[in-house]
Amino acid sequence: MIMNILDLIGNTPLVPLDRITGANSPVSIFAKAELFNPSGSVKDRAAKAMILDGVATGRLSKDKTILDATSGNTGIAYAMIGAVLGYKVKLYLPANANKERKDLIRAYGASIVETDPLESSDGAFLAAKNEYLNNKESYFFPDQYNNHINPRTHYETTGAEILTQTEGKVTHFISSLGTSGTFMGTARKLKEVDGRIKCVAIQPDSPLHGIEGTKHMASTIKPGIFQRDLIDSEIQVSTSEAYRLMKYLARTTGILAGISSGANVAGALKLAKVLPRGSMIVTILGDTGTRYLSDNLFSEGENA
Amino acid sequence: MAVSLLVPTALRGFTDRKAELTFEGDTVKEVLDALVGAYPDIKPHMFDENGQLRAFINVFVGDTNIKSTGGMATKLSDGDTLMLVPAIAGGR
Repeated sequence: MIMNILDLIGNTPLVPLDRITGANSPVSIFAKAELFNPSGSVKDRAAKAMILDGVATGRLSKDKTILDATSGNTGIAYAMIGAVLGYKVKLYLPANANKERKDLIRAYGASIVETDPLESSDGAFLAAKNEYLNNKESYFFPDQYNNHINPRTHYETTGAEILTQTEGKVTHFISSLGTSGTFMGTARKLKEVDGRIKCVAIQPDSPLHGIEGTKHMASTIKPGIFQRDLIDSEIQVSTSEAYRLMKYLARTTGILAGISSGANVAGALKLAKVLPRGSMIVTILGDTGTRYLSDNLFSEGENA
Repeated sequence: MAVSLLVPTALRGFTDRKAELTFEGDTVKEVLDALVGAYPDIKPHMFDENGQLRAFINVFVGDTNIKSTGGMATKLSDGDTLMLVPAIAGGR
């Protein structure tokens, strides 16, 4: 029996993308459909784990407010979980976060502090950290970029689920990086169980890109949880490729996923072209496309 | 017209780390042309192969997005501040 909505986090479907690769493709691609988590993104996993860890270690008590920086999805997850467990949530968000994100966070009862849009997520992170350091007694600061619980939950859940769902046949894992928690935890689990599995990181092709929530590592603050040695190789994806695959995914598979999902599928297709017959690629569909509708990405021209 | 242009952190690698630049121009297009003229390496990051501003970059004059004021042809006044705002990137 489901006791509360948090029990619905994880155990997401692994969806074959044979409508995209073609049924006779020598390489298969599967996608972990993380948009089916209750708040609509993969971030439910890390947010739940970090908050429950805060409760278990006594750092989060009922008199404290959950505080963190986010460009949207983690904030939505914190807000939902805070609502379920009865904690106040305060989020630092770049002012250019889109309307759906702000509306969703407020719908769950959390508050937002908007930060300089020119400074992107790094600006939100520095502002949230500063607020925490000035008022430590008032807050629980999960610090998703530097909290080892973030990758650990993907090690314990996402990585383990992929191994079970593919019956150990996965040969390659590919994903873009935000905090890098999903990639690092999943890669560590896969490599630990089968050292032959290769893990490929997707990078935006420019420091200025529109693949929301993904980090161009060379030009931004490197998260503390980032581990270079878990990355076997990198593939670059442009914003226009990500947009194109995001739309194509919706129109061929019926899965309305977000921009990073489009980037991940674009990267997986590039990888598939250079792999031997029989390889099995797994990637991540990180969030739902419904929270990008106000950006008109699904209806506008392709000039990205 | 002399106007200020605020540069997002993601592009400061192309502007000698400068966050604010001053250019002459009567329209948004003239100012962005001047930016590309001064820092040519920035061009492929902002414009596609057809010379169109990439879809995920929003340009504001003051608080107003140029999408609602005539796009690149938007007229400028002396002392205006332009801001280049990309979509949010980097960690969710």
